[in-house]
This record gives sequence, C-alpha cells and structure tokens, in this order.
Amino acid sequence: MSEVMRVVKRLWAFLRREPLDDDLEDELAAHLQFAIDDNIARGMSPAEARRIALISIGGMDQARYKHREARGFMTLDIFKQDFKFTLRTLWHDPSFTVVAVLILALAIGANIAVFSVVNTLLLRPLPFPNAQQLVWIAPPPSKCGMSCATYSTDAYDEFRAASRSYQDVTGYFAFSGSDNLSLNLGSAPTPATSIDVIQNFFQVLGVQAQMGRVFTPEDARNGAAPVILLSNAWWKRQFNADPNIVGKAFDMNGRQTTVIGVLPASFDFGAVFAPGTKVDAVTPLNLYGPPRDWGNIITFIGRMKPGVTLSQAVDEAARVAPKMCWNNKHPETCGDYKGGVVPVPLKDYIGGKLRRSLIVLWSAVGAILLIACVNLSNLLLARAAARAKEFAMRGALGASRGRIVRQLLTESLVLSGMGAIFGFMLAAVLVEWLAHQGAIALPLLSTLHMDGAALGWTVLIAFFSAMIFGVVPGLRMAGGNVYESLKDAGPGASASRKHERIRSVLVVSEVALACMLLVGAGLLLRSFMNVLKVDLGFEPDHAAAIKVAYDDSVPNDKDGSLSAQKRGVIFQQIQNRVSALPGVEAAGFTDYLPLGQNRSWGLPYPKGLKPPQGLDGPLVYVITPGYMRAMGTPIRGRDFVWSDGPKSEAVVMINRSYAQYLSNLGAWSDKDALNKPLGSGGGPDLHIVGIVDDVHEENVDGDAGWQIYYPATQANPSGAELVVRTRMNPASLAGAVLATLREMDPKQPANEFRPIRLLVSHAVSGRQFFMLLVVSFAGLGLLLAALGIYGVISYSVTRQTQEIGIRMALGASAGHVRGRILTSTLRLAFIGVAIGVGASLAGAKLIAVLLFGTSPWDLITYGSMALLLLIIAALSGYIPAFRASRISPTVALRTN
Amino acid sequence: MSPEKLDLLQGTLDLMVLQTLIVMGSMHGYGIARRIEQVSADEVLLNQGTIYASLVRLEQRGWISSNWGTSDNNRRAKFYSITSAGKRQLAADARYWERLKEVMERVLAMDKSAEGADA
Repeated sequence: MSEVMRVVKRLWAFLRREPLDDDLEDELAAHLQFAIDDNIARGMSPAEARRIALISIGGMDQARYKHREARGFMTLDIFKQDFKFTLRTLWHDPSFTVVAVLILALAIGANIAVFSVVNTLLLRPLPFPNAQQLVWIAPPPSKCGMSCATYSTDAYDEFRAASRSYQDVTGYFAFSGSDNLSLNLGSAPTPATSIDVIQNFFQVLGVQAQMGRVFTPEDARNGAAPVILLSNAWWKRQFNADPNIVGKAFDMNGRQTTVIGVLPASFDFGAVFAPGTKVDAVTPLNLYGPPRDWGNIITFIGRMKPGVTLSQAVDEAARVAPKMCWNNKHPETCGDYKGGVVPVPLKDYIGGKLRRSLIVLWSAVGAILLIACVNLSNLLLARAAARAKEFAMRGALGASRGRIVRQLLTESLVLSGMGAIFGFMLAAVLVEWLAHQGAIALPLLSTLHMDGAALGWTVLIAFFSAMIFGVVPGLRMAGGNVYESLKDAGPGASASRKHERIRSVLVVSEVALACMLLVGAGLLLRSFMNVLKVDLGFEPDHAAAIKVAYDDSVPNDKDGSLSAQKRGVIFQQIQNRVSALPGVEAAGFTDYLPLGQNRSWGLPYPKGLKPPQGLDGPLVYVITPGYMRAMGTPIRGRDFVWSDGPKSEAVVMINRSYAQYLSNLGAWSDKDALNKPLGSGGGPDLHIVGIVDDVHEENVDGDAGWQIYYPATQANPSGAELVVRTRMNPASLAGAVLATLREMDPKQPANEFRPIRLLVSHAVSGRQFFMLLVVSFAGLGLLLAALGIYGVISYSVTRQTQEIGIRMALGASAGHVRGRILTSTLRLAFIGVAIGVGASLAGAKLIAVLLFGTSPWDLITYGSMALLLLIIAALSGYIPAFRASRISPTVALRTN
Repeated sequence: MSPEKLDLLQGTLDLMVLQTLIVMGSMHGYGIARRIEQVSADEVLLNQGTIYASLVRLEQRGWISSNWGTSDNNRRAKFYSITSAGKRQLAADARYWERLKEVMERVLAMDKSAEGADA
C-alpha cells in the first residue's frame, strides 16, 4: 500500500521538480546554517565553522542527488535531460538533422503507407460484421470467364435449399455493364451504373441502409413496383444529398422507380466485388422473371452459420453440387456443376490474388527501411567520430559508459521519432491519394485509411529503426577507450581503421540491399513492358466505345425474329450515320467489349461429334458487321453482313484457338474450320464464315481463351457498345458521335465515350500500380545507397587529407589520387553488388509468379541493374575523389 | 574503539529516523542528524546530507509528515513528525531488528563445542 503511494508520489515529484528542488534548497540552507551556528557556539571561527559544517553534510551535491534519487525517477530525469540535450545538439546541426529526418521520414512513410494497404487488403477483416463467416462460392479458376464462375437461378434455388452450412446464400447478377441505367430528370438522360442483387444481399452481408430500408422479398416478386437503393456517393453527387430522397420516384430506364434507401458510405460495391469500377445504385434481381432462362448469371455469396468451419462447407458443397441443375427443365444438365461449387473465404477471393504482390511490396519497403537505417548509422558514426573527444571528455569527467550509450540512443530515438511524425504525415497524404484512385483495379482501395493499427505500426518501426541505427554507433563510441579517443584526434591515425571497417560493412550491406531492390524492380518493369507489347487481338489506339440505348421490342414477336430485324435496322442506321462523320474509319456494335464482362452459351461442336462433358464453352459476343474492322481485329473468311438475318442461314465467327481445337477433332478432312457447320445443341446449325485473331478477353497477361461471335441480327445482344475507329484522337469525336445518337434517339443518355486504350490501361492498372511502387522504392533505395557511398568516401577523404597531401607532395598526380579513391569506392560497390546479386538469385522465386514473359534470372535485368549501381557508386565516389585530387599539399600538411 | 566508523546497513537509517522522531517529537533535518550522531556516539558514518533522501522516502510512504516552522533560535526550518502509520511501521521494524540481533548474536557466539555436540 505504502509502496503504491510512493510510486504515485515519485511520479508526481518527477513532474513538479522545480518547487520540490526549491524546497530542498531551503532545507539544506537551513541545515547548513544550524550546523554553522552550532559550530560557532563551540568556539570556532565563522570560516572554520562553515568548513566543518560542509564536511559533516558530506557534500551538498551528493545530498541533492541522493534526495532526488529517492524522491523521483532518476531514469526519467536522465531521459529528460538527454532529450533536452539532444534537441539542443540537433538544433545546432540543422543540416545533419534535416538529412537524417528526411531519410527516415521517406522510409517510414513508405512503410506506413504500404502497411495500410496490406492491412486493408490482407490483415483487416472485410468491412462487414462477422466477415469471417462470408464465403465466395465458385468453381476453381477456369478460362471461360464469369460464365463459369456463375450459376443459374435453378442452381441457386437448389443450393440454397440443400445446404445446411449457411445462414443464407445470396448473389448478384454478374453481367450488367457500366452505364446500364439511364436516369431521366427531364432534360437529357444521365447515365449511371447499377447492379442487380438477390433481395437478401444486404442481410447476408450485414449492411444496413443509412436512410430508408434495404430490399425485402416483395421487391423482387413478379410485378413488383421498381425500387432502387442509391450508393452514398451517387446520392451526394446526383441528388445533392437530398435528405428527403426516400420515397421519391424517378424515371430510370423509362420506368418510374422509387428510391427506397441510401446505402452507407462504408459500403462500396465496386471496391469489394468489382475493383476499379463505380457502382451508383443497386436494384433487386427478380429470380422468377426473365432471368430464369438466362443460364449462368448469378454469383454465390454465403454466410456460414456460427461454428461451421470452411472445410465443412466445402464438403457439403461437394455433396450438393451434383444435385444442382443448369435448368430444371433439362434433366441432362443436372450434375453439370459437379466439382464446380467450392466455397472460399470471401476475403481470399477479394485479396488473395494480391497476396504475393503485397508481400513483395512489403519486402521492398522493409529493404528501404533497412537501407535508411544503415544510412543513419553511417551518419551517426561520422558524427560520433567527430564527437569522440566530447564523449571522451565526458567519460573522463565521470560519465559512465552506460550514460553515454543512453545519450546516443536518446538521440536515435528523437531522430526516428521526428522521422516517424513526418513519415506518418507523408503516409497519410499518400493513403488519402490512393483511396481516391478509383481507376486502379485494386479491391478495397477506397476503404483505405490511416487507423490505430497504422499508428501502432509507426511507433513500432520508429522504435525498431532507432534501435538498429543507434546501437552500432552507440556501442562503438562507448566501447572506445577514453585515452585512445583523446589521443586519436589527428587525421589518418590508425585507430580509425576500425571505424572505417564498420562503415565499409555498412556501405556494402546498403549496396547489396539496393541491388536486390533494383533487380526486383527491373524484373517487374520488364514484365510490365512485355505486358504492354502483348498482341491483344485488337488495336486499342484510335478507337473508342460508347454504350447506346436502343429499343428493339416488337409486340407479339413470337420467336424474336421481328425484334432482330428491327434491331438490325436501328444498328445499321446508326452505323451509317456515325460512319459518315468526318474522321470515322469504321463503326460497329458489340454487346461486350474485351477486357470487360463476358459470358458463354455452351459448346458448339462439329456436327456429328458428341461434345465431351465438363469442357467450358467459348465466350460469346454478339456483334454487327463492321465491328471487327472498328476493333482492328483481322478476319480470315468474311465479316457478317446485314443480310445475315433471322431467316437466313445461322452464321458465326470464331477465334483462332477455338478453330484450331475444332479442326483437330477429326471431323473435317482439311483440318480447317472455315465454312464448316457446328451443331449447337437443338438450335440451327452454325455456319463458320470467319476466323478471327485471338482477343484477350479477360486480362492482358493471361492466355486468350475461346471466343465465338454471333451477328446481332440473329442472336439477342445483352446491350450495345458502339465502337468507332478514327484517324484522329478519339476524344475529339465524342461530341459529334453523341450528338448523332441523340438526333436519332432523344433518349440516348450522355454516356461516356471511352477510348479502347483505357480498357487496356484499366486491365493492367493493378500490375502497373505495383510496378510503379516497387520502381519508386528501388529509386529511393538507389538514392539512399548513393548518399551512403558519398558520405563514407567523403568522410574517409577528409580523414586522409594529410596523407593525400604527403602523397602529392611526394609526386603523386591528381589522377593517381582520384584513381585510388575511385578504386576503393568501386571495391565496396562490387562486393555489395555481388552479395546483392547472389541474394536476388536466391530470392527470385518469391517474385517469379509476378513476372510476365521474364525469367526471374533474367540476365539483362541483372546485368543492367548491377551496372547501374556501379555507375551510381562511381559517381558518388567521384565527387569526393575529385575534391581530394584538388587538395593542395601545403594546405593539407598544415591541417591539424 | 576502532578508528573506522560503521557503515550504515540498508534501511537502518530510516529506522533510526523514525525512532528519533517518536522519542523527540517534531524535529528538523539537522536536529535528527545530530541526534543520531550523538546517540551513536559518533560511531556511525553519517553524511548528514543523506538524511534528506531518507526523509523524502519516509514521507512518500506516509510514515512521517512535514511542515515548515520556526526553530528555537528563530530560523525557518522544515519540521518532521511521525504519523500513526509510521508508528506501526516502527514497531514492526523494531521487532524485526530485535530478532535479527538475537540471531546474529547466536551465530557469532557459535564455538567448536557446539559443533562437536552436534556431530
């Protein structure tokens, strides 16, 4: 009890030291006076009385020291003292302080920013309650795109009814494109993007509406009044954050649609499920309306019951899958999903693909931090050497070795603390900027923010780096012998050799780390350039696309042929008008653009052969004549023509890979698919009129899969993207194209005229993002390494001024002096590069999966990066070498 | 009498201060120090200054209290007096020292015959 009280009082005493000190002074003064009085009373002279009194007190300073030791916390007092002293010394050496803090701020800032990204994507749970219960249910990855990652409505019903592992299962319609919603507020229609979800979507995710309500089963019934949920961002942007929006109805896609709620800002559909796209609104998906017969359209997301493990859910899904039917009316499709229903944690689905990239990124910033620490170590060593005499003096005056190490460590802590403060601010700016990079196709980016974890991480790495860069100089200084230090004051003295060796080791490790960073960055950069060189199967430059609204509905159209005819007429008219615009070379429609969404419709197979089970069908695109030319995709055979109508022979075009596969089945003697018929499982035979280049439909850095193209006059497209090829900058056409469309259909929304190049940039934005980050970190590492080399060499030149002077006096030429210094610089750099290259070769496996068309042991990258480092090293050594060669012997010999 | 003075064992000074205060009542630091020197007949090595570390320790534990007052010869000084918690502590400490003293006496009185008797 009394001890607790004492600790509190000691703390209190530490905080209000001054009044207590004053008190003690008064007390000691009184004590002295009593003693003097007594001594005088005993007959001493006043001077003698005072002397004896002081002796019996045993030293005023000792009395004060002991009192303070008992009263407060000496450790804290010392820290405070050291802290003040550190601030004073740093203040008096601003250039050192600024450089040191800057280096640390950059390194720590980069670390915190990357930590925040890693934390958001890998460490932190998804922004949903009990997010660990959420699973993404899909087949193992395959190459037929979204169609193979989705299920039919019949399959959904069966899975939901037969599974016991879930609280509920939901999903969304995976095939709605951007700008699929046309909001008509009186003037020109405004385009927006909405997504259809199963009505229980928000209950499963655990998301509440910020205003109003989320969907109920009634909203998704046949004949239900159209309702819509607004995203927070769209509500603010389009509706000026109208607080009374709930209950209002607007003309959307021609139907009065009631706003039933506004979603919270924390829920961003795009950020979680469709990285890099913005989703403005959510609408309920009617499972029992037309989508019933659309085939595989729904993604599955389940929320497992508490206590259910993932492996239980996986086992159960494997048992349920064979019972699921693609279409209950076609029993032969039951079992199609066998082996294709696998739950994975939703978090892994969203962030899993990035795990390796993030680990590489994290290692890169870790290396940056180490390089910064080595640099700081070097700077501190140089400083400590310059202060050796000061420390020796303090040691001689009675400061213990521990006290001096503490002083140095305090300095390190103060430096890293300041670096951490600036680093944190830097990271906050970076993170804020990143969170608004909507165009980067990385999930959860918009949910990036600095949080307590980032702050904790900052404190941790600040402390950690202070220890790393403070300990070596600290021990080095304290280990020194007082006498040696006092003696070793002259330049070129041999005792400093040990010093130099430590510094050389530091430089070598710095160069090695920078070398590893550079090699990694070089490999990623080369991969990225290879990705850009990929033949996409189309020409992304000088073309752009715009989503076009059209109405092809025809009353009493039994088999869809009337609406196909009407569609053909609309499309042909639009194409003719747009093609007539000045500068337009070609125009054509497709329902899906490459590198976007896709779907498949089963597997057309050579007539007479039975299609094998479990083979994924080609991706389907419904296009018009001229589309291929507009995209710049070469055709062998013929393009579709407008006369390929609903009544004429069914025609298709297929891509080369698919054609090759079909040709090798043995059905056709000439092994050429061109002009051959395909059976399509019930429908009319499909006549292959053209074979086109493989188009990268899913991603740039993967293999192109199989594609099949149907004419829009024979098959029903799920939308219309007008692609326009021009000789000019496509953006300059935007106004004219939109005006033409408006003229023909006033209901055409002001959709964005998107350059095709943008689709490609978007598809490679994730790779580009990582590449840019790693390259900039490598640049930073290179800069720090150069600084380190420069620091060490120029320091050693300064120390050798006298020696150099003597050499030059004895006849050494300036060139000789330069050469000697450059040689020693390059020797260090060589050792560093050798170690770095060795370590990179050993660690290349880590980065291998992130590369594209580049070997992890790519000779050119290794060679050029090693060369770059050596050149930079030579340059940073050349400046001090040049200075050394200008030393005048007479001046040099006079120094000291 | 040996020429060397006795070093104070850890904690003994605190006990001496408490005992001085309980016997003499309220006293200032110099008075306490002098009193201890007198009682010990100048046998202990007491740097008078160290008394202040002891005083602050005791006060922080709540065993003594202090306030500024005026001495007989009209000088301002800080006067210390023992608290009731301090009295309890003193009683406990004194008992401890009694026991330790007895044990030490027995140990030091040990001789060969005792060893032989045990054997």
